[in-house]
Amino acid sequence: MGSFTSLIDGFGTALTPVNLMYAVIGVLLGTTIGVLPGIGAAMAVALLLPITYGLDPTGAFIMFAGIYYGSMFGGSTTSILLNTPGETSSVVTAMEGNPMAKRGRGSQALAAAAIGHFVGGMIGTLLLVLLAPVVAKLAVGIGAPDFFAIMLLAFISVTSVLGKSRVRGFASLLIGLAIGLIGLDEMTGQQRLTFGSLHLSDGIDVVVVAVALFAVGESLWVAAHLRRIQAEPIPVGRPWLGRGDVRRSWRPWLRGPFIGFPFGAIPAGGAEIPTFLSYVTERRLSKNKDEWGKGAIEGVAGPEATASASASGTLTSMLTLGLPTTATAAVMLAAFQQYGIQPGPLLFERESGLVWALIASLFIALVLLLVLNLPLAPVWAKLLRIPRPYLYAGILFFASVGAYAVSGDVVDLVVLFVIGLIGLAMRRYGLPVLPAVIGVILGPAAEQQLRRALQISDGSVSGLVNSPMSVTVYVLILAILAWPLVRRRARDQASMVGP
Amino acid sequence: MKTLLAVLGALAAVLLIPPLLSSGSDDDVGDQVRGLRVLVPNAPGGGYDITARNAAKAIEEADLASRIEVFNLPGAGGTVGLGRIVNERGNGKLVMSMGLGVVGAVYTNKSPSSLADTTPIAKLIEEPDIVVVSKDSPYKDIGQLLAAWKANPGQIPVGGGSRAGGPDHLAPMLMAKAAGMDPRQVNYVPFDGGGELLASVLGGKIAFGVSGIGEYRDQIQSGDLRVLAVTSKDRLAGVTAPTLKESGVDVEFTNWRGIVAPPGISTNERGRLVNLFTRLAGSPQWREVLKRNGWTSAFQPGDEFGKFLAAENDRVATTLKELGLV
Repeated sequence: MGSFTSLIDGFGTALTPVNLMYAVIGVLLGTTIGVLPGIGAAMAVALLLPITYGLDPTGAFIMFAGIYYGSMFGGSTTSILLNTPGETSSVVTAMEGNPMAKRGRGSQALAAAAIGHFVGGMIGTLLLVLLAPVVAKLAVGIGAPDFFAIMLLAFISVTSVLGKSRVRGFASLLIGLAIGLIGLDEMTGQQRLTFGSLHLSDGIDVVVVAVALFAVGESLWVAAHLRRIQAEPIPVGRPWLGRGDVRRSWRPWLRGPFIGFPFGAIPAGGAEIPTFLSYVTERRLSKNKDEWGKGAIEGVAGPEATASASASGTLTSMLTLGLPTTATAAVMLAAFQQYGIQPGPLLFERESGLVWALIASLFIALVLLLVLNLPLAPVWAKLLRIPRPYLYAGILFFASVGAYAVSGDVVDLVVLFVIGLIGLAMRRYGLPVLPAVIGVILGPAAEQQLRRALQISDGSVSGLVNSPMSVTVYVLILAILAWPLVRRRARDQASMVGP
Repeated sequence: MKTLLAVLGALAAVLLIPPLLSSGSDDDVGDQVRGLRVLVPNAPGGGYDITARNAAKAIEEADLASRIEVFNLPGAGGTVGLGRIVNERGNGKLVMSMGLGVVGAVYTNKSPSSLADTTPIAKLIEEPDIVVVSKDSPYKDIGQLLAAWKANPGQIPVGGGSRAGGPDHLAPMLMAKAAGMDPRQVNYVPFDGGGELLASVLGGKIAFGVSGIGEYRDQIQSGDLRVLAVTSKDRLAGVTAPTLKESGVDVEFTNWRGIVAPPGISTNERGRLVNLFTRLAGSPQWREVLKRNGWTSAFQPGDEFGKFLAAENDRVATTLKELGLV
């Protein structure tokens, strides 16, 4: 096992006191910056890049590992407590995490997220060690038709989050899809719904939409109703995970990485779609279905483990192929080049010491994060003891700072509050906000892959089913769609045969 | 008490981070430009970003100026940043890192501000594009590819790392035109940046890719990719492929990057900025940056760069008009 001896050498390098200190600094900086909505991992790494200029490459990359994982982790804290996702990977976490926090289970949600992150990262990083070369080769084989098939699968699972009223659910989904259409059409350069504004031509960031619909919409809703309902502070319950919580969470923790890692490794995979898929999977498999939407711990544990593992997948592609599959990876790639190191197929041979030290420091960063954040969970959760008027004012403030930080542009603030008002209207008329966010995530991605597939096949529809993987996924979709019919018929026959 | 601490902690974080994103400026002392800010009109990790951050670092290391701050204002292919520069009329302490992509984006985004409104400071680098296929591709040389392409343009999808109007889009269009094809028939597939394109070329999803050589060097060296031609005037070191001109396609195309400043700055301020980047281009630190990134130095100061900019603008406008994109 050549990998393991190299890994042990890597630990030898990463565990020197100086390098360990860099890891601690990286984790702390990453968490602090990641907490701010709008400043995602990519921005955090770019902002902190100059700090590492004075360091040797090994120290710098150990610090990066800490910043990367730390900022991803910080994003889920605000997502759970304030309903304000710090980045795309923690949008899904807000769906169950925030209801949990409101029921006084904030620290459990944070702990489930922290452990999920740890488990996901550990399994993901182990997969990186074991499978790096294989995964990289496989990832390249996945093309637009396969993506589109997966997107369709995801769309089918959307029906499970539509809520009680299908009509309202679909209305919400369509609002999301419409927001997703905004921007310059990539294929033809056509302006869509931009109203001549340059600021809209790149579309609206998913984080801004999620923060607007979740946080701003809710703050306005609460503000409109606070006079009538009694303003009790949100309860803060027991600080630790109970045995029941662990029993419900361990399976999602273990399943998450196997959804997240492959998505992280493929180009254009990212963390949004796998976290959403993990969410619907856990929802299907959960025994406590009535709790979903009101704070089911599985809905935090699964997506968090998935997000963390997808980060490892991203690093796999970057290290072995020099392929930046996310913005963060692109920044890290630039950082590698600062030191005259070119990631790619030859990296493991040329810079073996550095790569293994980096991988070892990923493990160390994960342990540090868990150690730092698990005890902090109850402390963070106490944030919710702030009386509601102040709390929601704080949330609005945070949301605005975050939206502004995305690109330092006032237009983003306007967009934030316009979509926030839509969020308020949706609450007023009982439209669930969840499908809208899913629409913003899936819509543009599905459109891009469909059109790319058709462009490559020169308009021929057969281009959508020309790979084994896409055919497999379509068969799966048909099976899912046919299953209720088959079951109903079986039941009918059974009842006819019966007494 | 703890609640108060938590609130204070949150406040501190909120108040401390924005200053990280912006900072004040000092007065100039003698020749040095102090408190210079570099606007990057695309996201962290993109081409203009890497150029700007490398240049800022080299300037500081060579002790030509201190406290240079690089910040990102991405959007609309760089035209959001361009709008900002044009609005900062008279600001002598702000420059923008830009390149060929912004020229096209002005047209495709119908941007109200154009590069003609800015003050050209310097062209810094060039990066030639390569015509690249995977090692399993049936096309062994550029001649075979061109023959197949001309015979059936629709069946030969071309991938590029930029959307319509960007450098990777313009290059195959110019190639097609020079090879005697109608550029409108080219089946161009845009990808989000070079990384996603690289995967599609490696996986054989598209017939060939056109992109800057940057991210591909390692793959070329390891033999996973085959370069069929380079778009520059001369052959590239370490790449065996011929230039397009040698292959009978009369096109010369390089992606370039440079620096522009807001309009209406004083002659003095302009001179100081041009001087700063001229000295940067001559510094050993910059040469090191060029070597590390595989960029070709293409330094042109002030007016010379202004003329070049105007010529490129015409070329892009003509091409896009022929494609019916403008």
